[in-house]
Amino acid sequence: MLASIATFALEGVDSREVTVEVDVRRGLPAFTVVGLPDASVREARERVRSALLNSGLDFPLQRITANLAPASVRKAGPSFDLALAVAVLVAGGQVPAEAVAGTAVCGELSLSGALRPVRGMLASALAARACGFARVIVPAPNAGEAALAEGLEVLAVPHMEALVELLHGRWTPVPVAAAPGAPGASSPGPDLSEVRGQRDAKRALEIAAAGGHNLLMVGPPGAGKTMLARRMPGILPPPDFDEALDITRVHSVAGLGDGELARERPFRSPHHTISPQGLVGGGTRPRPGEVTLAHRGVLFLDELGEFSRPALEALRQPLEEGRVDIVRGQRSVSFPARAALVAACNPCPCGATAAGCRCGELERARYQRRLSGPLLDRIDLVCQVMPPPAQDLVDSCPGTGEDSGSVRARVVAARQIQAVRLGGSAATCNGEMDTATARRHVHVGKGSRRRLIRSLEAGALSGRGHARVLRLARTIADLGGRDRVTAADLDEALGYRLVPPELAIA
Amino acid sequence: MLVGLLSARIADRLAGSRGNPSGVLALDDEQLVAALAGTGKRHEAQRFLADFDVERTRTAIDAAGVTAVCRHSAAFPTRLLQLADPPAVLFTRGNAVRGLRELARGPAVAIVGSRKASPHGIEMARELGRGLAAARITVVSGLALGVDASAHVGTLAGQGFPVAVLGGGPDVVYPQANAGLHRRIAAAGLLVSELPPGQRPFRWSFPARNRIMAGLCEATVVVEAAEGSGSLITTEFAEDLGRIVGAVPGPALWERAKGSNGLLRSGAAVVTRTEDVLDELYGIGVARPPDGAEASDEASAAEGRPGTGSAGAAVLAAIEAGGGVDAASEASGLPVAAVRATLARMEDSGRVARDGLGGYVRRSS
Repeated sequence: MLASIATFALEGVDSREVTVEVDVRRGLPAFTVVGLPDASVREARERVRSALLNSGLDFPLQRITANLAPASVRKAGPSFDLALAVAVLVAGGQVPAEAVAGTAVCGELSLSGALRPVRGMLASALAARACGFARVIVPAPNAGEAALAEGLEVLAVPHMEALVELLHGRWTPVPVAAAPGAPGASSPGPDLSEVRGQRDAKRALEIAAAGGHNLLMVGPPGAGKTMLARRMPGILPPPDFDEALDITRVHSVAGLGDGELARERPFRSPHHTISPQGLVGGGTRPRPGEVTLAHRGVLFLDELGEFSRPALEALRQPLEEGRVDIVRGQRSVSFPARAALVAACNPCPCGATAAGCRCGELERARYQRRLSGPLLDRIDLVCQVMPPPAQDLVDSCPGTGEDSGSVRARVVAARQIQAVRLGGSAATCNGEMDTATARRHVHVGKGSRRRLIRSLEAGALSGRGHARVLRLARTIADLGGRDRVTAADLDEALGYRLVPPELAIA
Repeated sequence: MLVGLLSARIADRLAGSRGNPSGVLALDDEQLVAALAGTGKRHEAQRFLADFDVERTRTAIDAAGVTAVCRHSAAFPTRLLQLADPPAVLFTRGNAVRGLRELARGPAVAIVGSRKASPHGIEMARELGRGLAAARITVVSGLALGVDASAHVGTLAGQGFPVAVLGGGPDVVYPQANAGLHRRIAAAGLLVSELPPGQRPFRWSFPARNRIMAGLCEATVVVEAAEGSGSLITTEFAEDLGRIVGAVPGPALWERAKGSNGLLRSGAAVVTRTEDVLDELYGIGVARPPDGAEASDEASAAEGRPGTGSAGAAVLAAIEAGGGVDAASEASGLPVAAVRATLARMEDSGRVARDGLGGYVRRSS
């Protein structure tokens, strides 16, 4: 008898439908799986057999052929276990075929018959809903995540025995509500008020958050660069529901999620020894890299100068387009990668403070060139982080500055202004405006225009720097709630720009 | 030529004597060969002398675009003759006629210092070069990295006449990073060396070059030098000649300013601006650079430009002290956003400059 069950398999951070067909025939007992299974899928045969037998069910001693369709796509991972087991049950007549109509099945089996969670359940549930399935049967630990796909009935099943009872209509699982964690709930993350002083860096952080600009912090070791960067997610607008789903989906695929809806934006700080593949994703079965894990959050690159050049070069596409395309043999996978870049580096190669520095002009110039080369195009703001005065460190009064909440309120207000202005264009914030959009939306006064022309003619401002300064000035005006970009806004923006090495003094 | 041939021997000979080769270079050919006798190459030197063809050598020198000036020529810089061991020949490249006249006309000032200078040192060297050039003073330096190169750049910026004394032949670019500057000086100034065209520099030829710099100049100013720096060799020669020695003060704790600060302790003139050098040369207040400090003060006095108000002055002072925007905000009472804006305007008017990583440096004009 023939049975077919729908399940879902991950591809990148998306899931695609896979139909598991099982044919049970008379013949020498055998269990073959076809449809480009890899070793981990072929092992499912042993798990399915033991799980069925250990759950008091029959494993037909006949010739069993399973096909995973579409047969042209390579299959990997243990997520086909449950679908194979259900298909065997249906094909063997142990479960009525109509009980699984309109139902997708996804899960891994243990030898005891218990259902184990799989990665990327949210992606699979969203895909099941999109494919028109009404119900999805998932392992109990995955239920909360699957229920995030609203409008889909999620049946949380602990083990095979319960599953058979369910399919015979003799048992109903407890209905699953979406995992708690309303988006926008207050964040327990580190607060900006814990950072003493550093008002300049805080201002730069706020502007970067408000306009989606990439930021470079320059300062000697121990000045507080990492501390500041960690507070960036707390001042970015809280993720809305769709963004939260996006974040949760990516993290679930990478096996990092806790099954609940993400409440905060991710913060990723890969070590500088990371490979290009680790940073942007890759591998024979493409896995998301750090820039994808930081999707809708913050990617922090500490010691920017220590990252390998190929790794930094690989970052260009994701920072430019908000996604990573990985081509592997016959197929290509696309990962989302819309992250705010916060980078940090030492002011000179030796990393010492000014008094102890023994670097020459040439070494400094070379260091600055190496840093700015690959990523120069994408850095909108650069600020210096000086070590705080000793007094500030010793004083015990806590919370000297503003807390993250008040900064976030200003950032949200500025983002709303941008959303209205940029409605209908591809950009969602000032940092994403292309040159033409920036030209349309940023108007400066006559005096400021003369000022820009003078800087351009004197070579103090490059053509590319000009567009960046306009975008930045727009964000500064938005933060201040000003319709027009004033001369002071433009001046401040000019003060944050990164001077290309050929225009800078060493 | 002979020096080039024998250089390895000379270096050997000098290895023990703290690298001061001047004694050897003062000898004429006969004496030189005699001094180096016993090193096994005497016959080689004699063969070289036997083969030496004046015409052929002259053609080769001309072909390289080089002008040779003999110690006995009237065009030879007279100040150089006061050295205990003046070079026998100066090989020059660039505008030799004008260069030698410039050197004979009035005072020349050497600006020397560390190859690994701080942004402060770079800026000071450039500014002194520019200021002295504007005051129609010939600026001499060694076309090394760091302070030397910046002094030449400043001189060129001030429309002055740069003179570079090289450690190798006048047509030999060293270090490679200064190739562009080498070309510009050949076009607008003068390259000088006692080594023949094509000759790569030797280790010993740099201290030897320093004695020529000291000899050519009325005053030698050290911008930034660590202890044991080659710049201190230059000032030693200058002191021996009774010439003026000045130094730019650096922070007391900086290793890289120990040498220059040491000069100040032992009585060198304090140099913080062009006027200090002019005061030393001509007497206090006698000569003033035609443009420069007054001009920029005038410009900033107009229409309340940043830097004139007390807040602007506080911002500038904080940046000068090596502080960041936070320190400037603290000192001036302005919010950080306003400090950024102020600094951007100051950059526009040339009062501060940026480095490649966003830092601000005070410009000294």
